[in-house]
This record gives sequence, C-alpha cells and structure tokens, in this order.
Amino acid sequence: MAKAAAKTKAAASASAERRPALAGRTLSAPGVKVEILPPAERVSLRAPQASIAALSKALGVTLPVKPKSSAAKDGRTALWLGPDEWMIIDEAGNDPLADCAKVTALHSAVGISHRNVGISVAGPAAAVTVNSGCPQDLSLEAFPVGAASRTILGKSEIVLLRTAAEAFRVECWRSFSDYVFTLLSEAASDAAN
Amino acid sequence: MNAMFRISGAGRLSQAKTASFSFDDKSYVGIEGDTLASGLLANGVHLVGRSFKYHRPRGVVSAGAEEPNALVQIVRDDARKTPNVRATVQELYDGLTAHSQNRWPSLSFDVGAVNDIASPLFSAGFYYKTFMWPKSAWKSLYEPKIRAAAGLGVSPDKPDPDHYAARYAHCEVLVLGGGAAGIAAALAAAETGVRVILADEQAEFGGSLRFESGARIDGQDGYAWAQAAIAKLKAMDNVRVLSRTTAFGYYAQNFVGLVERVSDHLKSPGRDLARERLWQIRAGRVVIATGAIERHMVFANNDRPGVMLASAARTYLNHYGVAVGKNVGVYTANDSAYTAAIDLKKAGVNIAAIVDLRDNPSGPVIDEARALGIEINFGRAVVSAGGKLRVSSMTVQPKNGGGGRTIPVDAILMSAGWTPSVHLFSQSRGKVAFNAETKRFVPGTYAQDCVSVGACNGTDGLDATVDEAYAAGAKAAKEAGGKAGKGAKPKVDAGESWSRGMLGAAPGAGPGTTVKAFVDFQNDVTAKDIRQAVHEGMHSIEHVKRFTTNGMATDQGKTSNMHGLAIAAEELGKPIPQVGLTTFRAPYTPVTFGSIVGHARGALFDPTRRTATHGWAARQGAVFEDVGHWKRAWYFPKSGEDMHAAVNRECVTVRKVGGLFDASTLGKIEVVGPDAAKFMELLYTNPWEKLETGRCRYGIMLREDGFIYDDGVVGRLAPDRFHVTTTTGGAPRVMNHMEDYLQTEFPHLNVWLTSITEQWAVIAVQGPKSREIIAPLVEGIDMSDEAMPHMSVREGKICGVPTRLFRMSFTGERGFEVNVPADYGEAVWEVLWAEGQKHGATAYGTETMHVLRAEKGYIIVGQDTDGTVTPNDAGLDWAVGKKKTDFVGIRGLTRPDLVAKGRKQLVGLKTKDPKVVLEEGAQIVADPKQPIPMKMIGHVTSSYWSENCGRSIALALVAGGRDRIGQTLYVPMPNGTIEVEVTGMVFVDEKGERLNG
Amino acid sequence: MLLIRCPYCEEERPELEFRNAGEAHIARPTNIAAESDDDFEKFFFIRANPKGVIYERWRHIHGCARFFNAVRDTVTDKFVMTYKAGEPKPAKLPGAAK
Repeated sequence: MAKAAAKTKAAASASAERRPALAGRTLSAPGVKVEILPPAERVSLRAPQASIAALSKALGVTLPVKPKSSAAKDGRTALWLGPDEWMIIDEAGNDPLADCAKVTALHSAVGISHRNVGISVAGPAAAVTVNSGCPQDLSLEAFPVGAASRTILGKSEIVLLRTAAEAFRVECWRSFSDYVFTLLSEAASDAAN
Repeated sequence: MNAMFRISGAGRLSQAKTASFSFDDKSYVGIEGDTLASGLLANGVHLVGRSFKYHRPRGVVSAGAEEPNALVQIVRDDARKTPNVRATVQELYDGLTAHSQNRWPSLSFDVGAVNDIASPLFSAGFYYKTFMWPKSAWKSLYEPKIRAAAGLGVSPDKPDPDHYAARYAHCEVLVLGGGAAGIAAALAAAETGVRVILADEQAEFGGSLRFESGARIDGQDGYAWAQAAIAKLKAMDNVRVLSRTTAFGYYAQNFVGLVERVSDHLKSPGRDLARERLWQIRAGRVVIATGAIERHMVFANNDRPGVMLASAARTYLNHYGVAVGKNVGVYTANDSAYTAAIDLKKAGVNIAAIVDLRDNPSGPVIDEARALGIEINFGRAVVSAGGKLRVSSMTVQPKNGGGGRTIPVDAILMSAGWTPSVHLFSQSRGKVAFNAETKRFVPGTYAQDCVSVGACNGTDGLDATVDEAYAAGAKAAKEAGGKAGKGAKPKVDAGESWSRGMLGAAPGAGPGTTVKAFVDFQNDVTAKDIRQAVHEGMHSIEHVKRFTTNGMATDQGKTSNMHGLAIAAEELGKPIPQVGLTTFRAPYTPVTFGSIVGHARGALFDPTRRTATHGWAARQGAVFEDVGHWKRAWYFPKSGEDMHAAVNRECVTVRKVGGLFDASTLGKIEVVGPDAAKFMELLYTNPWEKLETGRCRYGIMLREDGFIYDDGVVGRLAPDRFHVTTTTGGAPRVMNHMEDYLQTEFPHLNVWLTSITEQWAVIAVQGPKSREIIAPLVEGIDMSDEAMPHMSVREGKICGVPTRLFRMSFTGERGFEVNVPADYGEAVWEVLWAEGQKHGATAYGTETMHVLRAEKGYIIVGQDTDGTVTPNDAGLDWAVGKKKTDFVGIRGLTRPDLVAKGRKQLVGLKTKDPKVVLEEGAQIVADPKQPIPMKMIGHVTSSYWSENCGRSIALALVAGGRDRIGQTLYVPMPNGTIEVEVTGMVFVDEKGERLNG
Repeated sequence: MLLIRCPYCEEERPELEFRNAGEAHIARPTNIAAESDDDFEKFFFIRANPKGVIYERWRHIHGCARFFNAVRDTVTDKFVMTYKAGEPKPAKLPGAAK
C-alpha cells in the first residue's frame, strides 16, 4: 500500500474508548455463575498440516490436531475447530496475530478479537446450564477438560471450551452475545433443579 | 375432618395434612398427596364432566394417564386456565380450583345433552353425511356451528405467564416407567456404574405396586420396596430419577422426548421455578417398562359415573384410602377385578356381586372372594347400567340370554383384561406381534437399541417381571459399556398375576344391538358405531378409526383401541392381526406448547442482533426496523417529524453536506491465501487478478444457473488478502456458497475464508463534506483524491484505533466507509458525529440509504432482483469479465432462456403525476384497456418519494425494458390506473461527477 | 433428532449441527463454459431423488464446518455411512450384503 505520501494529521490525542458488548454482566444462580469475560485477543487460524509446526512454534502453543480438543500455555489457548482451522485465544495481553505474521509457512491468520464475546459458565451446574441449549454430551467422558467444539446453543452458534471439570468458556459472535447470555442466565436459574 | 368416602387406616396418605379445593365453585377437603380425582371421589363426587358429542354425564374411569373422561379446567389465576387436565393426574394442592368442561349451564343440567336424545342423528360419520348441502351454508352456518361445538375446554386468552425449561441429557441406559420392572432394570443398570435415567409419569414410583396389596419384594411390602429402591437410586451419582415425567415421544437413534411437570402440583410455585421441563434424552440403550392398561367392559351405559376400572378403584383404596362406593358391583372377564373386590370388601365396602363372563374360572383369588362371602356369578353379563348422573344399578343376565335381574349398586368395577402399553415401542418403529393365545399385541421386531420388560412386554407375574427386567437392565448397561454389577436381584416373595380377558363388545352389546355401549368414552364412540363403519365400507382399521374417530381423542385410545379393533374384526369376519393395528404416534399424552417452546419465547424466541452503535442510535430516538435478525436504525426523526419528513431531511442533508450511516450489518469475509485472487475470479463475474492492492471493485456473484446471488464491494488489502462485503441478508449463505465451492470444487486452491462481519463496525460517512469530517481523525492515510481515489481502501488509524478505510459510495456522493474493530464502533461514531455536527451532517437510517441508492439506480439484491435476474437484466453487464473462461454461472448465462429477447430488464419509471408514489410490487401493463386478465409485462421493484428530485422515482423489471425507454406504460391499481414513463435507472447525477464532488 | 457421524470430527454429533447440501458426486465440469445445453441441464437441474439409498452432501456447518458425503436410506432415514469430500463413492456399503 502506498503509504509513503501519508500525511499525518493532527490526530485526536486520546484513543477512542473500547466498549465491549455486555461488559461486566454476571448472573449467579444456585450451582452456577454466568459472566461476561474480559476482552481477549483472538485469531482465526487456517493452515495445512505442513505449516502446523512452524505456527505452533511462533505461537508458543502446540496446535492440537485431534478433533474436539485444545491446547493451552501461558494464557494462550489453541482450539481445534476443524481439520485446518483453529481459534487462538490470548488472555495474557499478547498479540497472536503478530506472532502468526512472522510465519512464512502457508497459512491464513485473521484477527477476530472483536468478533467474539467470551462467556464463563462455572459451577457444579455448569454442564446442565449449557445443555439447556447445546445438544452435545457434556459428560467428562465425552467432553473432558480441554475439549473444544463449535456447536449450537439454542438458535445461536457457539464455540464451547471446557476449562475445568465444572467450568466452560462459551464463545459467540458479538451480536449474539445478548441472546446467548440471556439464554444461559435463564437456564442457569433452572440448572440446580 | 375426613371426607365421607375416606377410609380410616387405608391408603398411604397422611390424613393430617388436608388440602381444600374447589370444583365447580363448591368447596371440598382432600389430603396432600391426593389427585384431584381421589379428592373428589373421597367426597363422593363421581360426576366430573360431560362427554364430547352427546354431552353424557361422565365420571372418573381410571387412576392414571389413560383417563378418557375426567378432563377438567384448572384455574390458577386470570392467565392460568389450563383446559383438559386429567383429574387423575393433577395433584391436589391447597386452594386448587377446577371446573368441569363441555357443559352449559351446569354439569348436572346440560342443554347440550339433547344431543344424547337426538343421537340417531349423530351416528358415526355424521359430519361427512350431514353437512353436504347446500354448499353455501358451509361458511355461514355449518362451519361456525361445528367449530363452536368442537373442542374440549376453553383456551386461556392471556399470554402464558409461566416459563418452561429445557434440557438435553445423555445416558447409557434410559428406563421408561418406574414400576417394579423399571425399578429392577434401573437397579441392575445403575450398579454397573453407567449413567442411568429413570423416569415415571406418576408423582410416586411403584406403578402397579401402588394398588397390588399382595406384592412382597425383598421381605417387604411391594410399594415400600419401591420407595426404598428409589431412595437408593437417588443417592447414586450416576443415576437421575425423574418423577412426574412422561416420555411422550420416542424418536430416531434412541432420542426420547420427556416432559417433567415441575410445579403444577405446587400451591405457590414461585417465579423461579419452571412450570414444566422438556428433557431431550439421548440414550445408549432404552429399557421400556411402561406396564399395561386395564380395559373396560363394553356394555350398555358403561359410561355412567361410578362405572370404573377395577384397578382404579383398587388404587383409590390402597393408595389414597378412598372407597369409590358403598355398595359396589364388579363386572369382569378376568381375575384382576377379584383382587379389587377382595380389598374393598376387607376395607368394609359391600360388594353387591361379582359378575364374571367366564363359565367356570378357578383360582386362589376366586376362592378368596368366595371365602369372604362375596356373591359370584359365572357365565353372566351385565347388560346395562342404570342411573344417569351416577350409576344406581346393574342388570345381570346369563351371557347367552335369558331372564335378568337388577342389582342396586353405586359403583361398578370392570375389567376386560390388560393391554400392554406398546406405545413407545411402536413409536421407536418396532413392529408389534399379535399373540393369539393371550389376545394381545406385544413387541415383536425391534428397530432400535431398546428392550421391553414386564407387562408392556406381555410378561405375566411379578416374579417373572422382576427377573426379566433385572436381566435386561444389566444387559443394557453391559452393552453400553458398564462393568459387572455387584448388586443382588430383588427377590419377589409374593406377587399377583393377571390372567387374560376379553376383547370387544360384551354380550348384550354385540351385533344387532343398538345400545350405547361405549368403546371410546372421550370421543363418544360406541360398539354400534364401529359396526356401522364396517357396514358402510370402511374395511381398513385406519378408515374405521377416522370414520368413527375411535381412539382419536386426547387419550389416544389407550383404553379403546383394542376393543374397537376386535369389534371391527368380528364384523369383518377376519382375525385381528389381519385387520391390523392403527399407528401409535407421539405424543403419548398431550404436551403443552409451553414445554415444546421451552426457553424460546420473548427475547429468546430468536436472537436479536444489535450493532455496536445501537445504543447511540436508540438514545438519538432512532426508529428501528428488523432486517433478518438485525435491528437497524430506520430513520432518525427530530421532534415533530414523521417518517416522511425525517427521511426527506436526511436525504437532502446527505447530498448537500453529509451523513453518517451504520453499515455494520453488511456481511464481511476475509479471503486470504496465495490463491485468493484465483478464487475470487471463480466466485465472482468480475476480473480480480489485476485489481491493484489498495483498490476496490464492485463484485457480482452468480449461482451456477446464471442468476444474481449477491453483490458487494471488495477491497484488495494485499496480493493475498481480500476484504469482501456481502449484503446483510446474504452474509451467511454467501459464506456457505463460497465454502462449498472452495471445499468441494476448488479444493486445490490455497485460500481460506473467515467471517469478519462482526469484527468490524462500519460507519459510512457520505456526502460532499465526508472527507472533511473524517480527515482530522485519521492517522497514516493520505486522503487526497490523488492518493486515495474513489474505490480504494487504506489501512491506518482513526481516533487512535486501527481502521480499514474504504473510499466507496452507495449514495453517489463522495463517500467513505470507516471500518473499526467493533468494540470501538460506538466511540468512533460519537467522535465522527461530533465532527459531522460542525458541518451540519445528519445521521441517516436504512430508509434514506434506500432512497439515495435508488436515486442513483444502484440495485439491492433481493429487492430489485428475485433470483431470476441476470447481470444483463440488471444493466450490470459491465461487471462480467468478458475474457474470463470460468466463473460460477458462466455457463448458466448462455442458457437459451437467459439470452432470449424480451427478458425483463431493470429500468426506471417516472409517474406522469410526479406526486404519485407507486406501490412496490405493483404490476405493469402496456395497454390498460385490454380485457381482464391483462397481460402483465413487469412489476415495480423499488419506489420512493425523492425529495432531492422533487418527485417520485421507481425502479421496475419490465419485459424488454431498455427498448421501451421513453414509452408510456400503465400500472392498474384499485383506485385507478397510473401512467408511467420508462426511463433510465439513474435519477441524480447521471455522469457520476458527485463521487468526487 | 438424528446423530450423524462427521468423518472429520470422527464421532457422531447431533443433527442440529449439520445441514444437508443436496446430492453428492455431481462434479462441476472442468470446462463448464463449453458444456452443451443438454449436459448442463443434466449437471445442474436433474437429480436422482431415489427411494432408498441416496448419496448426499452434508456440511457440519455448526461443527468443523467441513462438507462431507453421506449414504442415507430415504425410506428408513438411516445413515448408512459417511465419508470425506473428494473420496469416491464406496464400492460396497456396510450391511448391504443381503
């Protein structure tokens, strides 16, 4: 891009304020708490098999190749979403997109930090809460800690990651977050029963 | 204070805990744990409803879900008036209010009962025969009258204030039915450690152990054993026990739908508690232990209140402590009614007589009844029940005819035998088989991984049932991956066995008789009706069913199907299996709409998608419109403005100064990879390889058939990276379409697609002042016309945050689309808005966007196209790469029809009267004087008042449209014909100079 | 709700995650622009719509997002098997030896 002639105008001194969707929303019910997670850096990463090693090295986390799995290291999680697709979530404030940019091996890295909203569902009734709209088997046998999958919650698509035996991270698109949070909240109130 | 028919010392309810309730505005006292039916019977109330067709007085027949008669309306408050609740299922709570149905003015005096006297008019199939002529009477007379008379109960007329929960669940073994069989199966499965779910429709587990006084298991009373076993199961981590939960549907691959009644039995459920919970359970193996349902005897006036199933009377006595009468007659064709007579007799109720159709049956229960001094009549039939609002007598005759006598009674207990509940098995697509010896349909060929145990499998006897069920539970668990169980099989010390019985009409109601011997109580179908149906040519059981409506009521023929089938078979002279069984369909019992809907109501009916700037627009007073799931700002009225005024102001201001528009909902796809341009060449009609980095192009996407599928502006961010935009509504399907071709037709291409629709908030800044509004906020981008011409894209910063800044226009004015990461969208908008205010810019909504683009002749896919429009039809031939050898749709475009002359083409229309705004969708004709039906040559696709033009403008698809430019055409409307002139599609700035203005 | 085995996720997943995508093994001609009208008609418009075994495309759209092929019986609605996109039609179906 021809930036040589770029004229820098007297720009506004302060950056525009970031206003994440549903920031700070939480709901506590017996046995489960649903809360909007703070913003995170996210990358939609696509790559053939041959590039996995190079990308894993650059990202500092080994890209999982097993379906429905994830790998995490130092606040960065790589979720297997498809045979050539991963979602990278960085909660440590680092920039996975920049890390991918250093990789010459064939891949596609697209920033989606603002596309998604993360919601935590945690507590003994967490699985039942998610199962109010998600038809997958969420037992620890079928969906162990670290399991990750794109799936359905009611009428919205989500990405589901089990972060602990009794905790899930639900990722959805920004404009679906109100629906997803509200559904999880309603379900949470019923989940302990 | 005990009610009249409550027997002290009998039953399992604690008589200390009373619950007062009302029925038809009369107050009664029951006990906690009662059903409405047992509470009413305790007070001597048998008359609870009127039948559907003849309005005959009806009483409680059963003690469970099969109840055909005792359907009532439960009223909690103004909004909660549930009709058709089975009084035998509804649990009593203090303050419960119930009303009878299908009667006017009162239950005991019902005007509609004239139908009973006039019943010869209402015989089987009478609807089909009666309301034939005159045809004109259908709309005005027959249909309204039939509709008013049809249906049971009154629908609530207010929104349902309750909420309904839903849940998916998985288990290795699902056990349906919590009687002795179900419990034994669940115990065996649970011991292996696999996940087990046990569900029963009753409030209390135990099934027939609730009434079988003779059952003893593991050294204790059968019912007590059941409660202990349930307590044990509930304490296990791998077991979920669901009471008040009906499995209503058995679907593919062991997917079972169940409804749990969560709070209908509670006095004050509280706001947090759902009314019902829908369980959608996927099971590895299903154990069906749904038991059997007792059949009634088919004899004259067998529907009189007080005539009921023997097992029901026994349940009321042994579980609820209620005697159903003081002087009870028994009419049976098998053993199980004897046990009811014995239990009642022991409780101090007089048994007037047992009438047994069998000639010389023998066995321990018969001996015991005789020893108790009960009169027993073998080989005899009850040919009629006396009384009207309550049975008062039974007339007994030798079954082959002869003199009869009338015995006074206040209740008749009947049993024609037991029908295995094969409903769920049949729903699973299993095939039933007829056992000629026992005269019942039992599970035959299985279609899924399930097994039937106990009475629903035709297994007789408690011992055999528990044996079979325990083994089946263990086997199912093992097959589903369980370890060997450590538990011990429950030991049956004593149990009952029900011998056979009879099917069809009893003597006195057989062929040649015209008495009202009911087969289906709820739909008022008599034995005579079934025979008549056969006489009138209904030879298939499916036809008999529909002609008579036998088994088609809300009880789905649980008590009536087998009788109906036997009567039809007898009349047809065919064996029962040749006549066949009607299909069992879900739901097993009625399911509320609420439980099907679950959480999906109100805000959760469908996702409502809002953009990042929604809050700002709402605070400005914007009016929103629904675009798919999106809420989009439609227009921004200032105080005192109507829509027309607001849109006019917005339209003028944008062209004069500038405007801000939220374009965030447009679909956005990032196409990345070394073959990105090659892929774009294949998916769009346009050439892309030579598009320079930093430049944009308007792209058209076709389907393979050559018709326009989507369009949008595409920017090339790098040689291997495109930022593609799609229509708002097309975003998901365009992504799917592109993925489809990439994955299945062009998998050799190294390119990937990522939806970035929601990554970027898009603020369109359009109008002559647009650059002046944006420029002060931008870093790192030269926005001069030389450095950033129309149709270009730059990356840099705006308001300190990253932006992809497009110079593009959907208004025909100089314009930009500012893409910023979505979380910054609103803040950046506010800064742009403040900057715009300095110049007098406006915020504008989708309506103004539509008008401005129509003034320029820019099409909207899906409005000006309808899936049958080619690029040429739309005047967009310039966007099709003529030198290209392949793209999706290239072959479709040369189909004979698509290159034929006279195709509909997009053109402009100007009304002769500039003030008249055409209706979108209005049809166009060439000659308004031609006879009707006129030949329609096109239709209006877009039409607006254009304040900028000072007149109305329209776009239309017109046959051979471009050759008609200058001609006058006509739009016939109800209020007269509108004259229009065919024009080009551009109404403002035909040369396009304002793009740089 | 059916369970459908996704050949990429290597397990059965609920039907809600999937979308049908029409008949399988209809390859887009490599030189499509040169196709005759008849051949194009056969390719684009004509479908077998059999009673019995059908070869279909499905997409695990709310899962791994892959298109794949499935063999399904239109009478019983049962999936016979699934396999990856691009793989040939199976020569022999499991359980077909009757």
